[in-house]
Amino acid sequence: MYRRFLLMISLLIVFSLMLGACGGAATPAAPAAQAPAAETPAAEAPVAAAPAADAGAASLQYWLWDSAQLPAYQACVDAFTAQNPNISVKITQFGWGDYWSGIQNGMIAGNAPDVFTNHLAQYPEFASKNQLVDIQPYIVRDNVDMGVYLKGLADLWGRDGKQYGLPKDWDTVAIVYNQDMLDAAGVTVDEVNNATWNPEDGGTFGELIAKLTLDANGKNALDPAFDKTKVVQYGFVPDGPADTWGQTGWSWLAATTGWRHVNEIWATAYNYDDPRLSATMQWMADMMASGKMMPLELVSSLGGSAAFTAGKGALHPQGSWMIGFFAQNSPFPFGFARLPQGPEGRRSMFNGLADSIWVGTKYPEASWQLVKFLASPECANIVGDAGVVFPAQQSGVDRAIAAYKAKNLDVSAFTDQATEPDGTFLFPVTDNAPEINALVGPVMQSILLGQAKAADVLPPTNEQINALFK
Amino acid sequence: MTVQSTATPPLGAAKKRNFRSQEATVGLLFILPSLIGFVIFYAIPAVRGIFISLSDWDLLTPAEFVGLANYSKLLKDPTFWNSLKVTFYYVLLNIPVQTILALVIAVMMSRLTKSIIIRAIIILPWLMPSVVVGLLWLWLMDPTIGIINEALRALGLGTVPFLNLPKTAMPSIALINIWQYVGYTALLVFAGLQAIPGSVYEAAQIDGASEGQMFWKVTIPLLRPVLVFVLVTSVIGSFQIFDTVAITTKGGPINATKVLNFYIYEQAFTRFNMGYATAISMVLFLILIFVSIIQMRLMRAGESDM
Repeated sequence: MYRRFLLMISLLIVFSLMLGACGGAATPAAPAAQAPAAETPAAEAPVAAAPAADAGAASLQYWLWDSAQLPAYQACVDAFTAQNPNISVKITQFGWGDYWSGIQNGMIAGNAPDVFTNHLAQYPEFASKNQLVDIQPYIVRDNVDMGVYLKGLADLWGRDGKQYGLPKDWDTVAIVYNQDMLDAAGVTVDEVNNATWNPEDGGTFGELIAKLTLDANGKNALDPAFDKTKVVQYGFVPDGPADTWGQTGWSWLAATTGWRHVNEIWATAYNYDDPRLSATMQWMADMMASGKMMPLELVSSLGGSAAFTAGKGALHPQGSWMIGFFAQNSPFPFGFARLPQGPEGRRSMFNGLADSIWVGTKYPEASWQLVKFLASPECANIVGDAGVVFPAQQSGVDRAIAAYKAKNLDVSAFTDQATEPDGTFLFPVTDNAPEINALVGPVMQSILLGQAKAADVLPPTNEQINALFK
Repeated sequence: MTVQSTATPPLGAAKKRNFRSQEATVGLLFILPSLIGFVIFYAIPAVRGIFISLSDWDLLTPAEFVGLANYSKLLKDPTFWNSLKVTFYYVLLNIPVQTILALVIAVMMSRLTKSIIIRAIIILPWLMPSVVVGLLWLWLMDPTIGIINEALRALGLGTVPFLNLPKTAMPSIALINIWQYVGYTALLVFAGLQAIPGSVYEAAQIDGASEGQMFWKVTIPLLRPVLVFVLVTSVIGSFQIFDTVAITTKGGPINATKVLNFYIYEQAFTRFNMGYATAISMVLFLILIFVSIIQMRLMRAGESDM
């Protein structure tokens, strides 16, 4: 019996070894079987070019991460399913962090959503791993007018003639201000709107921040007696200042010097070694060290906007997708001012979301119909009326402006930025985004925590980034 | 087997063997559920892990055999060495404080109170999900809106950015985990204390031993098997720290809390380097085996003084 027991155990171990060996080789290969599925629409498309394909009965899974946008997109989906009664759509919303691990795990496990809201920092990685359906053949087949989208938005989602999403919204950055704090300091909104900035002395923007910073004795930071260890009100509360792409953190400052993350879309080299970026980051670090800008270590784990609405500071940079957050959470009067004018103008990152289709979907045709609808004027108007985000089409934008106006919100700081010539630059869409993020994040933290000089650490980091593309 | 044994003459030895084999069958049946679990969730993944660690695999496209490339990359990766250092730092912060506190709480529980309510309260943090504990402390320790800093400011002590500075982040995480696990550890030690017969203490008292002497000369030696168990499991547990870090600091600031397990997670699931992540896991596995063997040896785990 003992011998038999031993035999059983050793058999179990051998069996598990074998399983392990097979598993190790087989499972990684499994997703490859899905790759041909990605090509199916491409191969089919020319054949099915003329007649509109019938989607047939389908039940789709659709994911998004922004809870604020959920009601608007639920309304869009309801309109879509009313027009396509044989397609049902289930929307699932996850927070940003869980969202991406959920999508990735789903792709690996083979149960990712058919359609999901995608981000420019994430999609190149998915596309390069053959996880997204190229919708270009569908666009051609259905004659989708790509001219309806605001300039530049659709290009962000394409590579080498392939298209991985139809744009559905966009965002820019502006400065949120605490009206009570401006009034108390005798600063007018016009002064904020017309502020100038440069990385050497901070310009009038830097002065305004100093004027709006108060210590426990009520002295502002322009006063020689100002005590930087007892700040009770910061002139400026940053948002994600150590972020790799610096969308709301620092890119709107660095870009006014003429600096760009990359020289073109799908670039294979970054510009993090540029002295203009070092100067910008160093200016921010120095502002934090002198107590005028809320230091990185004091920014709430809940983010700068939570600190701003808690009344910890006067000015705060934020993206247009957060307009509703301030409307809901700000206990004091607030408004949106223009970004400061830098040496080369006023610049905001222009970022946009799109819906992508996963290659593993069982219903590619129905998924495409959904994507097409979510990026259509009809859905853009529904989303615009909800006043949560700016749709990718002008008609939707006009409706959004009207919806914000009805809530007494003047959002022209965001829309003017988007429409003025050279007002925006695009999110740096490249390969290797996750690796770059892992490299840059800790470096930005060390600069802003005063543990390293920007000009010392950014150039070697850039070398590491560029090495990723070789 | 049973049929066979009734057929043969009832010899003493055979009977004994028969009994023992029956015992083995029952024993095997009892451990079967966890054996199946062990094979499926530990043994197979561990063996697979060896293969994965020798490959370049991004989870979504086919793996490519790269030999020992991941291991040589690891030797030159400063973030890996930092993670190793940070992990040991955490273990050194966590284990001594937690064990001593647990011992003190356990002795107090057995000497001062028999209240079940107090025992329940002490173990309560351990019953809470780690995610809840992490979020709770993240909010409590928040520099801007956290209640701890509100209190510190009210006392004129200024703001302490617990989780947001490289210097204070790891001690803060150790504090959170000690808070969560000390009750459980204390309960284990308490159970060990209950097993020590009261007569031993009576004898010591008659011999004129003081409270301190009884603690060092009676309690600690008799508690050794329990302490070994507690230390081995909690040292292994703290080498595997992940959830608190993932919820509070995400490895920051400046990699100050990027412990091995978090680095493995980052490499595997945000940077798609499954092969490399698995290679790091193998190193962690070896470290744990090594540390456990040393601990068992040093503490003569197999022996009891009772």
